[in-house]
Amino acid sequence: MTPLQVIFLITAAVTLVAALAVVTRQNLVHAALFLVLSLFGVAVFFVLLEAEFLAVVQVIVYIGAIAILMIFAVMLTRKVASDDTVAANRNAGWAGLIAAGLFFILVIMLSAWSGFYTQAAELSRPGVDTADLGQAMLVELGEHLVSPQAYVIPFEVASVLLLAALIGSLVIAWPRIKKEA
Amino acid sequence: MIPLSWYLIFAAALFCIGLYGVLARKNAIAILMGVELMLNAVNINLVAFWRYLAPQRIDGQVFAIMVFAVAAAEVAVGLALVISVYRRRHTVAADEIDMMKW
Repeated sequence: MTPLQVIFLITAAVTLVAALAVVTRQNLVHAALFLVLSLFGVAVFFVLLEAEFLAVVQVIVYIGAIAILMIFAVMLTRKVASDDTVAANRNAGWAGLIAAGLFFILVIMLSAWSGFYTQAAELSRPGVDTADLGQAMLVELGEHLVSPQAYVIPFEVASVLLLAALIGSLVIAWPRIKKEA
Repeated sequence: MIPLSWYLIFAAALFCIGLYGVLARKNAIAILMGVELMLNAVNINLVAFWRYLAPQRIDGQVFAIMVFAVAAAEVAVGLALVISVYRRRHTVAADEIDMMKW
């Protein structure tokens, strides 16, 4: 076992246990904190996959924004989030069966695929030595996001989507002012 | 070295745990947490496929960034809906929100 494999296995175990706690914990504040742990594990996987920028974005966007938003929502709806209610609905048995069945079907279908045991090739760019590789990849990513030959339209659409989500969530969550009858 | 299969199996497990959360939880916020887990599993798959099958291009990372943006928009609107429903009905249990049930 190489050190990388050991790191992978530890991170995978922590992430999956935290994910299980997210979907089974009665107390939603605890579930949200386990969600933070699970998202952090995913950030470690991005580092292992040599996508360091995505790891940083994962920490900022998911842990810094989305998880905190979740905790705020849990606290604003505090009464129902308390521990005395049952967390799972009456379909929980079926849900577990479907999830486990889907997992086994996925693993069986993937193991039949010839590329399943592919090893990663060395990450390289022509004319760039390994010390500058991270910066070169980041520059390439940024150029692809704003280049008309690549992804400028999805990039602009994403910005419009975020603006629409911002305005939409403001409108939806705005407190209704009582009109006189 | 780590083969691609490890990442794929891990992502499948994370996706299925998230799916269980979406199907089995009562609380609407907990359902959104399950959706977040599923989106993360998809992101790991996208980046793993980029790293193992097409590392000479950068497109896999661009797809992952799009997923980040859509996830942020989704969770903002979703939580606004939950808070709006809570304000009107004083519940966020998904099986009690049945105003549109015929």
